[in-house]
Amino acid sequence: MSGRVLVGVKRVIDYAVKIRVKPDNSGVVTDGVKHSMNPFCEIAVEEAVKLKEKKLIKEVVAVSCGPQQSQETIRTALAMGADRGIHVEVAGKDYETLGPLQVSKIMAALAKKEDAQLIILGKQAIDDDCNQTGQMTAALLDWPQGTFASEVSLDGDKVKVVREIDGGLETIKISTPAVLTADLRLNTPRYATLPNIMKAKKKKIANVKPADLGVDLTSRLEVLKVEEPPQRQAGVKVETVEDLVGKLKETGRI
Amino acid sequence: MLLNKVFRAGLRSGIRLQSSAAANAAMSSSHGSLGFSFELTDQQKEFQQLARRFAREEIVPVAAAYDKSGEYPVPLIKKAWELGLVNGHIPQEYGGMGLSIFDSCLITEELAYGCTGVQTAMEANSLGQMPVILAGNDAQKRKYLGRMTEEPLMCAYCVTEPGAGSDVANIKTRAVKVGDEYVVNGQKMWITNGGKANWYFLLARTNPDPKCPASKAFTGFIVEADTPGLTPGRKEMNMGQKCSDTRGITFEDVRIPKENVLIGEGAGFKIAMGAFDNTRPPVAAGATGLAQRALDEATNYALERKTFGKAIADHQAVSFLLAEMAMKVELARMAYQRSAWEVDQGRRNTYYASIAKAFAGDIANQVATDAVQVFGGNGFNSEYPVEKLMRDAKIYQIYEGTAQIQRIIIAREHLGRFKK
Repeated sequence: MSGRVLVGVKRVIDYAVKIRVKPDNSGVVTDGVKHSMNPFCEIAVEEAVKLKEKKLIKEVVAVSCGPQQSQETIRTALAMGADRGIHVEVAGKDYETLGPLQVSKIMAALAKKEDAQLIILGKQAIDDDCNQTGQMTAALLDWPQGTFASEVSLDGDKVKVVREIDGGLETIKISTPAVLTADLRLNTPRYATLPNIMKAKKKKIANVKPADLGVDLTSRLEVLKVEEPPQRQAGVKVETVEDLVGKLKETGRI
Repeated sequence: MLLNKVFRAGLRSGIRLQSSAAANAAMSSSHGSLGFSFELTDQQKEFQQLARRFAREEIVPVAAAYDKSGEYPVPLIKKAWELGLVNGHIPQEYGGMGLSIFDSCLITEELAYGCTGVQTAMEANSLGQMPVILAGNDAQKRKYLGRMTEEPLMCAYCVTEPGAGSDVANIKTRAVKVGDEYVVNGQKMWITNGGKANWYFLLARTNPDPKCPASKAFTGFIVEADTPGLTPGRKEMNMGQKCSDTRGITFEDVRIPKENVLIGEGAGFKIAMGAFDNTRPPVAAGATGLAQRALDEATNYALERKTFGKAIADHQAVSFLLAEMAMKVELARMAYQRSAWEVDQGRRNTYYASIAKAFAGDIANQVATDAVQVFGGNGFNSEYPVEKLMRDAKIYQIYEGTAQIQRIIIAREHLGRFKK
């Protein structure tokens, strides 16, 4: 086993920013807005670095698809302990239509090229909430998947994954190579320490074009319109249970 | 930590548009094309981000509790030390980060935003270390700076006395050479980290002749805290920055080996004063962090609180107050950044350092007071965060050179330029 883990990290609008829709309803405002690493991707990086610290794997490679600024996100991963980075350059119109299908094709191609033992991704990105990239990547590679992972343990060429599912927790055992997606409770991502931020500058980030990987970025989706959710209406207070039932019937809810 | 993040998304830790952050986001890369630049490097932005995150997620939630209890924030200091946020000035060859003063200031401002009491406890390390960094020989640096990077230890700058604060040349603590040692007797006061320090930078008078000029009469020493005869007093209860440990220290026949003299006998005054050019910019940065916090809290409140049919921020009296607070914060930031940049260029920055410290200290008080005003009755109450800021701000006009001393220095420097 190569002992190499690919970790996908996505540059998204920071979780604390108030999102505004563009006046032409074509998307959300991203210019001049604070971006950071997707929180679930941070958890994925943390898990990979932990595995390396336990000496269960040998190398952590951080991958990000996007414009020039994606390199900042890779640098953050390097500061957290990843060994090197791969920046897949996607810009302009291609970047606007970049989605799980394209990213999973890229990840699959890179996994073969880098002879990866594991791919760890965040379960979803906080901008599109797709929750598809991990699953699609596994399908394209025909690899087993352990999604919504809240606990991961490596055992030889097998991985035990405890998954968070609607009914509770499910434990599965899958063989490597495999794709894992990180859920909230998998770990608590570390702060990059100041010395590690300085060391990260010396780590290498390779530049790759999707064409080099033989990936077609054409999107099968077309965004028609983006709009804000409806404003929350004021509620109505009722005195008794009968009133409540009456009101619910009135508004056709029951 | 992520859960906290999700929680706090709705609370007041929104993005603050400070000049550097907004400008960086808007401009892609016009580095240095005009020569003069307000742009931070990528690494500086990352340092700032780390410190900001640490302050918002680790310091802010516990600051009020530490203020009430006055307990020394050991867990926070330990965590900050692990992340490399403390001891930034220590050169790399002694295990430190070797950060420029500018980079340290960026970090200091962010930590101070969280709580200046916690930040002062950390910053006191820099003040204590600076004489050793500037004047220590290799053996002294290796021993006393080295140990700070191996464990989370504290140190302190031990100069002020009950009878002499601004008038350093009037300190009475005596050091007498006896064989290969100096025997020290005296009383120090208001020593930050006094009760927590592992070692102190001590200034004592070695030449008893009252006619001897200050530039020759004093000696700088490194003193181990566990030296017999060295007794820290009780923790002083102060108006603000309550979790910081401030004490009197008594020296009774304390013996210091001659190896612990910095440079040589009589060189102490210059060393003690020289440290300030490097530590005043960070102190100004701390005051700026407090002021920014006050501004942010006041602004968020003003956008929520309604009176006479609209948010108070929509009343001009309040919006003008906020505008003036914003003016002061931006200018204080520019002032400390200039003073830090000057000393990093290798130039004497006394003029700029004093301007930055004086201005930042004054505006921190004004802005914190105005923040309480914006909050109205709520501002006066301890359930709201701004009364603490007002109490914490006062010391910025006093320590590290009072507001009045800064003006003496600025006048002297300014007139000096004209007299040439």
